[in-house]
Amino acid sequence: MSDTTITDPGVSEPDPDDGATLDEATDGTTLVDEVIPTATDGSRSDDGLDHLGLAHHTSTGLSNTKLGMWLFLGSECLMFGGLIATYMLYRNRQGDAIGPDQLWDIPFTSASSFCLLMSSLTMVLAVSAAKRHDDRNTRLWLITTASLGGLFVAGQVYEFTTFYREGLGYTTSLFGSSFYTLTGFHGVHVSVGIMMLMALMFMLSRNKVAGDKAETVEMIGLYWHFVDIVWIIIFTLVYLIPA
Amino acid sequence: MAIIERPVDAPATDGGPAVVATPSSSFGYLRRPVQTKGWRSWAFSVDHKKIGIMYGVTAMVFFIVGGLEASLIRAQLARPEGHILSADKYNQMFTMHATTMVFLFVMPMAAAFANYMIPLQIGARDVAFPRLNAFSFWTFLFGGIFINTSWFLGGGADGGWFMYAPNSTTPFSPSDGVNFWTLGLLITGVASLAGAVNLIVTVLNMRAPGMTMMRMPIFTWMGLVTQFLLLFAMPVITVALFLLLFQRNYGATFFSVQDGADPLLWQHLFWIFGHPEVYIIVLPAFGIVSEVLPVFSRKPLFGYPFVVFSGAAIGFLGWGVWAHHMFASGLGPISVSVFAVATMAIAIPTGVKIINWTLTMWGGKLYFSTAMLFAIGLIIEFTIGGLSGVTHSVAPSDTQQTDTYYIVAHFHYVIFGGGVLGLFAGMYYWWPKVFGKLLSETIGKWNFWFMIVGMNMTFGPMHILGLQGQPRRMYIWTEQRAGEGFFNLAFWNLVSSIGTVVLVTGVFLFLVNVWHTTRKAPPAPADPWDARSLEWITSSPPKEYNFERTPTVHALDEFFHRKYEDVGTGDQHEYKKVATGEDVIAEEVAHADAHIHLPSPSYWPIMLALALPIMAYGVIYHTLLIVAGAALLIGSVFGWALEPSTAPESDFDPPSDGGETSKELAVHV
Repeated sequence: MSDTTITDPGVSEPDPDDGATLDEATDGTTLVDEVIPTATDGSRSDDGLDHLGLAHHTSTGLSNTKLGMWLFLGSECLMFGGLIATYMLYRNRQGDAIGPDQLWDIPFTSASSFCLLMSSLTMVLAVSAAKRHDDRNTRLWLITTASLGGLFVAGQVYEFTTFYREGLGYTTSLFGSSFYTLTGFHGVHVSVGIMMLMALMFMLSRNKVAGDKAETVEMIGLYWHFVDIVWIIIFTLVYLIPA
Repeated sequence: MAIIERPVDAPATDGGPAVVATPSSSFGYLRRPVQTKGWRSWAFSVDHKKIGIMYGVTAMVFFIVGGLEASLIRAQLARPEGHILSADKYNQMFTMHATTMVFLFVMPMAAAFANYMIPLQIGARDVAFPRLNAFSFWTFLFGGIFINTSWFLGGGADGGWFMYAPNSTTPFSPSDGVNFWTLGLLITGVASLAGAVNLIVTVLNMRAPGMTMMRMPIFTWMGLVTQFLLLFAMPVITVALFLLLFQRNYGATFFSVQDGADPLLWQHLFWIFGHPEVYIIVLPAFGIVSEVLPVFSRKPLFGYPFVVFSGAAIGFLGWGVWAHHMFASGLGPISVSVFAVATMAIAIPTGVKIINWTLTMWGGKLYFSTAMLFAIGLIIEFTIGGLSGVTHSVAPSDTQQTDTYYIVAHFHYVIFGGGVLGLFAGMYYWWPKVFGKLLSETIGKWNFWFMIVGMNMTFGPMHILGLQGQPRRMYIWTEQRAGEGFFNLAFWNLVSSIGTVVLVTGVFLFLVNVWHTTRKAPPAPADPWDARSLEWITSSPPKEYNFERTPTVHALDEFFHRKYEDVGTGDQHEYKKVATGEDVIAEEVAHADAHIHLPSPSYWPIMLALALPIMAYGVIYHTLLIVAGAALLIGSVFGWALEPSTAPESDFDPPSDGGETSKELAVHV
C-alpha cells in the first residue's frame, strides 16, 4: 500500500520521546531511525527498561515454572471441586446399604490425616534446606515427606479394605461410588507426589537435576501442599460433618 | 540446546545462520534428535511455528471429516423418508459431527493461531515450555485419531455432543462408541490444559521489553482470556467424563436414576464446562477480527481498552450462565430467572465488541480484501446468531424452542458465523506471514461468497424449520407431516441441503486456493497489508528464532508507529508514512542479536503423548494395554525430566567480543 497520510483519533499514541534519539543513531541517519530505539537510548523512564541496552522481558517476576505450577493447581481446584460437589450431592444416598455413620473410624483417619499434615511441615524443611544448598538435609527431609505420604496412602488402602469388608463396594450405592472416586482421586494425587519426591531424591543424589535445584524442590513442594490442603477439605466435608 | 552464533556485523543471509545442535552431551537415555529436514524435524520439533502449522493442518483435515459428516446428515434430510443413513448411523453422525467440529476443528484451529502468533505478537522467541507445547499437539492429534477409530471398531458415539447421562450409559448406548468418545475427550482435554498453562505463562512472562499488558495486540489478549477459560473449564468436563467412564466400565452408579441418582448431575457438570466452551470457540475469532478490521480500515482499533475488557467480561460472565442450556429440565423458577437475567447481561459486553468493530470501520479507508470480507461477515452473521441467542435467554420462549432446529440455527450462526468465519479471516490475513505467499484474492473472493451464501442458505432456513416445530436429532421426516404453504418443511429442508452443497464448494475453493498458492504464487512482500502489530517486524515466514533482535515496544500497534510519524499538532494526530515495512525489518536485521539460544528438539513429547491412547485402548479392550501404556508414560516422563532443556554452561560459547554470555533468550522449561 502506498504512502498515505491518515488521521488517527489518538487511541494509541507513540511515546512522545521516541524521536529523541535521532542524533544518536550512528549508522547513517534515515527517517526510520527516528522511531527505532537504539541501545544508547536513555530518554524513556516510564516503562521500566534497562537503559543500558540489555533487553528484559516484561513479566510477572515469577519464574515460568512457578507460574505454570500455580496455574495447574488452579485448574486442579476445579477438578476437586467437581468431585467434591458430586460427593456432597450423593453423601446420604446409600439406600438400604451401609452408610457413613456405620463406617467411619474417625480416630484412625485422624491419625493418617495427621501424618499427611506433618508431611507438609517436613516438605517446608526440605525446601528450606534446598535453599541453603544443603543437599544432604534436603534428601533427608524429602524421604521423610515421602514416608509420611506413604503412611497416609497405606492408611487409605487399609481403610478401603476395611470398608469393603464391611459391605461398601464401589458399585454398592451412590454414596460408595462417589466416596471411592473422590478419595481415590486424592490418593492417586498423593501417590504421584510420592513418586515425584522419590524421583527428586534420586536425581539430587546423582546430581541430575537440570536448572535450579531449590526451585525444583519448591515446585514439588507446591504440589504437595496443595494435595494436603485438598485433604483438609475432604476430611472435613466427608468425615467430620455428620451425615 | 541449539545455539545460533553470528557476528553482529554480518547479519543473517537468506540461508539463515547455521544451527548447531548439541550432540550426545545431553542427559537422558536417548541422544537428542538433530534433523533439520524431513519428517523428524517435524515430529520432534519444539518450534512453536512448526507446531502451529501442524495444529492447523490437522484441524483442517478434521474440518473436512466433520464436513463430510454434516453433508451426510443434510443428504439424509433433503428428501422425505431419507434412506441414506439408518437411525443408528444418523445418531452417530450428528454426535461425531459436533464433536469433530468443536473439539477437533475449531479449538485446535484457534490453538494453531495462538501457537503461531502469540509468541510473535509479544516479541518472544518461543513459548514458555516448548516441549510441553509439542506434547499438547501430539496429544490432541492422537486423541482425535483415537475418537475417530471408533468408526471402524463398532461405530461412533451416539448420544449427541453433550452426551447426556443416563441416556449415554450402557443400557441405552451399548456399543463402545461412547467409551471412545469419553476417553478421546479426556486425552484432548490433557492437550488443552497443557496448552493453556503454556500460553498463559508465555503471555504473562515472556513479553518483549516495553510490552505492557495494555500494549498487547488484541489477538493475544483474547487468546489469554481463552486460555484462562480452558484452564478452568477442562477440569470440570474431566470430572464428568471420569464419572461416565467409571459408570460404563466399572459399574459405578452416578447416573443410575433407579438407584436414586440425580439426572441433572451430568447436565450441570457438562454445561459448567459447555458454556465457557462457547467463548473458548468464539473469543480467538473475535481477536483475529479485531486485528484484521483496523488494518483494512486504515485506523486503529476503536476503543482498544473496551475491546480488551469486554473480552475479559465475557470470559468472566461466561461462568454464570450455564443453566440456560437447561431451562426445559425443571430447575425451578428462581434458578431459571437468575440464569435468564445473567444470560441477557452477557449480551452487553458482546454488543460492546460489535459496536467497537463497526466504529473501527466508520470513517476508515476500507480495503475489501478477502480477510476483511470474512471479518465483516463475522460481524453480521455473529450478530444474527447473538440475537437469536437473546431470544433463548427469555426462558418461556426458550422452552418452546428447546430441542428444535431453531437451536441448531442459532448455534451454527454463532459457531460458524462467529468462529469459523473469523478463523478464515485469520487464514487470509496471516497466510503471507506463515508461508511467505499471498493466497489468491480472486479465488479468495469466490471462497468467501460461496461460504457466506452457503452458510445462510444452510442455517437460515433452520430458524423456520425450528419455529415450525421440526425437532433436532430427527433422522427422518414424512411428507404428510411437512405442512403446506410457504413454511412447509419439505421446501426449507431442501433449501438447507442445497445450501450445504454451496458451503462445501466454498470450503473446497479454499483448498484450491491453497494448492494454487503453493504451486504458482510468487513470494509475498514483507508487509503486504501495511499491518500494525509486532509479528510483522520480521521476515515472512519468520526464521526459526523469530526476531533478528528482541524488539523493544513503545506503543500499542508498534509496527505502525515505526512506519508512521505523527505530523499533527496539538490534539490533532496526523500520521505520515516515513518508512516501509521492509525498512523497519532491515533496521532490525542491522542490529541483529549476536547470540540466540533456542530449545532443542526432543523425542519425549511425542512418546509421552503416544502413551495416552494406548492406555485408552486398554480401558476398552485389555488391561495389559493399560500396563504397557503406563510403562511408556512413566519412561517418557523420566526421560523428559532427565533431559535438560537448558544446555550446561559449557555449551554456551563465549561471544567473540568477550562480553557476557547472554542467557536472556534461553527458553526455560
